[in-house]
Amino acid sequence: MSPLRALLEREVRLAVRAGGGAGLGLAFFLIVTLLAPLGIGPDQTLLAQVAPGLLWVAALLACLLSLDRLFQADHEDGTLDILALSPLPLEGIVAVKMMAHWVTTGLPLVIAAPVLALTLNMPEAAQPMLILGLAIGTPALSAIGAVGAAITVGLRRGGLLLSLLVLPLYVPTLIFGAQIASRAGDGLEAGASLPFLAGISLLSLSAGPFVAAAALRVNLR
Amino acid sequence: MELIVDRIGCERGGRRVLDDVSLTLQAGQGIALRGPNGVGKSTLIRALCGLLPVTGRAELDGRKLGSDEWTDLIAYTGHRDAIKSVLTVGENLRFWAALHGGDANAALDRFDLMPIADRPAGLCSAGQKRRLGLARLVLSPRPLWLLDEPTVSLDAEHTRIFGDILSTHLDAGGLAIVATHIDLGLALRPHVLTPPSTAPEDVSDPFLTGDYL
Repeated sequence: MSPLRALLEREVRLAVRAGGGAGLGLAFFLIVTLLAPLGIGPDQTLLAQVAPGLLWVAALLACLLSLDRLFQADHEDGTLDILALSPLPLEGIVAVKMMAHWVTTGLPLVIAAPVLALTLNMPEAAQPMLILGLAIGTPALSAIGAVGAAITVGLRRGGLLLSLLVLPLYVPTLIFGAQIASRAGDGLEAGASLPFLAGISLLSLSAGPFVAAAALRVNLR
Repeated sequence: MELIVDRIGCERGGRRVLDDVSLTLQAGQGIALRGPNGVGKSTLIRALCGLLPVTGRAELDGRKLGSDEWTDLIAYTGHRDAIKSVLTVGENLRFWAALHGGDANAALDRFDLMPIADRPAGLCSAGQKRRLGLARLVLSPRPLWLLDEPTVSLDAEHTRIFGDILSTHLDAGGLAIVATHIDLGLALRPHVLTPPSTAPEDVSDPFLTGDYL
């Protein structure tokens, strides 16, 4: 088995086993979106109007939940030291961990989103665009988040600082992602939002591993 | 193969935590690092792994400390065993085997871990976890072993087995630097570290000396 595949398999296995936190993000996403109508009230047009933004904010926060353990757990038990001494480049290791984070956190959100969109009375026309937007945008959330996780890896209560670092960087993804779905709900074309969102994703996926690996190197020393 | 360590020292936060160490080691030789707690044994070992910023230089077979080629020549075990408690003993080691190459089953066998290969590592005793951490060493034949208190929590029998494995490694032309307080029954050359000087004038960080006032 190739080393990178072995690492990916292990990361996914760790996430889905007890205490791994793979279901945590999804459960949080479900609860937040199901609580919203209780707070906002039963006005269906209002719900349909806020649905794209609400789903995207919930997705951001759900993604954030499992990020602080991304490198922290490996740092605490010494795995990160040994990984740094392995034949794999640290950038490759980070990229695989990002991918595993998306598979266990982002992907379940994309799959659950259509059901939740229904409960928020989102127009049917908007739903494919919501899923498309989430599918394109959630990898960026994992990649940007991994950079924050790498910067805060050695810190006690780093999760709190991580949120402060990462949430502002999530803003462009949130704006363009939510815009895609709400424009489709109004019967408009996605316009420039879609290429912008794809651009943000590509940029963070390509630069993220290098930035995060550099931050990890500083923190390992 | 020859290891040359030339005045390797380390400074953390403006304070010296490791005074310059110089030593040479030929193929087949091992060094036992000695000295009281806090003298810098772990620091020296981590420094030689390239995991700490250092002053001075070190070369192994012509490869410089800090280069990727150096990293490919060393194997390290520290105080933490790099074990995931939700994975079984076998899964833990097979992952490292996929990364470093080598035969996981043979390594499990050598450290007497086969009978508990299917047990979650979280349920293992401290000594069993340590054996699992050490089993990583024999996966791929890396010439320089850097071992930080390898026999902590091992029982007498497994300390002896580990001594045998280390001696096999040295006989095959390997090198080892072992920080240890016990006698492994091997012909390891003792190297006593001197405590880093903590005189105030040695603190180079202006914030720690009060120069900023």
